[in-house]
Amino acid sequence: MDLWQYVRGREETLLFLTYQHASLAFQTVLVGSIVALAVAVAVYRLPVVSSLTLTGSRVALTIPSLALLALLIVPFGLGVTPSFLMLAFFAAMPVIGNAVVGLRSVSPAVVEAARGIGLARWRILAFVELPIAWPVILSGIRVSTQMIVGVAAIVAYVLGPGLGSLIFNGLSRLGGTNSVEMALTGTILIVAVALVFDALLVLLGRLTISKGLR
Amino acid sequence: MTRDHTRAEPGATERRITGASIRLDGVAKRYRGQEKPAVERLDLDIEAGEIVAFVGPSGCGKTTTLKMINRLIEPTEGRILIGDRDVTDENPDRLRQSIGYVIQSGGLFPHWTVAKNVGAIPRVLGWDRARITERTEHLLDLVGLDPDTYANRLPKDMSGGQQQRVGVARALAADPPVLLMDEPFGAVDPITRVRLQDSLLGIQQELGKTIVVVTHDFEEATKLGDRVLILSEGGHIEQYAPPAEILANPASPFVAEFIGSGATLAQLTLTRVRDVEHEPVVTASVGEDAHAVLERARARGHDRIVAVDARGRPRAWPTLAEVATKPQISDYIDGRLPVVGEASTLNDALDTMLAASQGGVLVTDGRGRVRGSLRIDTVMAVIRSYTAEVRAEDDEPSYVSHTEGSADDGRRSS
Repeated sequence: MDLWQYVRGREETLLFLTYQHASLAFQTVLVGSIVALAVAVAVYRLPVVSSLTLTGSRVALTIPSLALLALLIVPFGLGVTPSFLMLAFFAAMPVIGNAVVGLRSVSPAVVEAARGIGLARWRILAFVELPIAWPVILSGIRVSTQMIVGVAAIVAYVLGPGLGSLIFNGLSRLGGTNSVEMALTGTILIVAVALVFDALLVLLGRLTISKGLR
Repeated sequence: MTRDHTRAEPGATERRITGASIRLDGVAKRYRGQEKPAVERLDLDIEAGEIVAFVGPSGCGKTTTLKMINRLIEPTEGRILIGDRDVTDENPDRLRQSIGYVIQSGGLFPHWTVAKNVGAIPRVLGWDRARITERTEHLLDLVGLDPDTYANRLPKDMSGGQQQRVGVARALAADPPVLLMDEPFGAVDPITRVRLQDSLLGIQQELGKTIVVVTHDFEEATKLGDRVLILSEGGHIEQYAPPAEILANPASPFVAEFIGSGATLAQLTLTRVRDVEHEPVVTASVGEDAHAVLERARARGHDRIVAVDARGRPRAWPTLAEVATKPQISDYIDGRLPVVGEASTLNDALDTMLAASQGGVLVTDGRGRVRGSLRIDTVMAVIRSYTAEVRAEDDEPSYVSHTEGSADDGRRSS
């Protein structure tokens, strides 16, 4: 087994697949997080709906990703669309949970003080509750990103983009030349993408979380 | 020595009043599914520039009543007037921007610096940055926090008392005529509480706002309130009067039981530090030549001097022997310096003295500048004069007027 030999000469393809994979993960996590925040904002002030949402988001994570992907092929066919929808769905789940918990754990005294001095409801949400909940939300986004970068390999089954194709091609030709190298390269690159994203999110946290909350 | 509680000393009459009157007209709050109303038809007039303390047992509706003034709780019926303005149907956010609101522990926004907290409402109101900065510095100074040191601090890096001061500064940011405070000093230690109360009285003296304070502590109510409103369950007004009157003539058995403690102690709560004689003190700035200071003190026959900072606030209160140990006045800060404000009660002063070793307390004005000292003898003399008066009013027989053989032994055990 010689990884270098496999990589040499294929740099361009590998780089492209890595870029595709990272881009897919980035976009799905972004869309998933935005949807998750919207859902959390809609429910966090209703205790019963909040806990239903929390439970729902945890249960949803137990759906096998492959099963969801298969279901999505029926209306959307193969390719990018079902891949994107499946990943965005899973990306949203950890963020929903953390955003609901984060928003609900903002001290009632702080919210009351904000109302008492005359901040409008939307200002309290935008300038008080969301910033205070942000560290918790961001850790949800980190969990979500790690998970999605990994799960994104599966979309190769429906001819989706990314590094998954290396793994599946490699495994399907197991025993053939370079098959193991191929799968291994895909795996290593996925781990690398995950690590880079995580580092970037840690950096984002450093830059955006108020020192008063640390 | 005056025993008059109303602040009628010179200057008080010319005091600028920037507050507005508050009128509650038949205000009631009923919660769905509860048979008894939380507050049942309450009428109340609060005069502009006064401090009114709402006090009563828990569940009496004092906080509910307070929160109906700025409509954090919407009244079920009745009208609320601030000044001449009927605010019952006004936009609640705009209404609250014109009413200061302070809660227990300050309720500061933890992710913002002190300056950003104080500037919260001015920013919403669209003030320009220079004006907000100027206002913030002015207010921090007013509440006794040095703007250079504290403006960029985060709430978590400050003590509870300091956070509470920032809470007051934030509430005053847009110069509201009315300030509402919900158990503001409930979560701080007793010594800090006394200082915060003094500071609030100093601020009130300076600004002349209308202030409503909710407290469960009758002593705090008598100290802070020009008038005290005693409520019983369902927001029923038991008595609404100046503290001296409540102590002298409790309107109902409920009030009598609620105020409890004996007349003498109550008088100590009614008499302010500024109402009794202070001794002058010799002050010295940090870095001054110790020799010159000692001479100055000896010439006036003092046995202690007060080391003060650039703003005249006391740092330490050393004896002359202690001063002599250093060539200059040290920049030492005595963390346990016994200090009370002029607006403090004699009760506070006595508490502070008993906890300190100097046999007295330093008296400071609203801005924390030292004004003089108060000796334990002075307070004792006041207590003696009260007890003498109480005895004189009593129709109990004294040792001298006692008829032999008429002692009622049974009374001793009661």
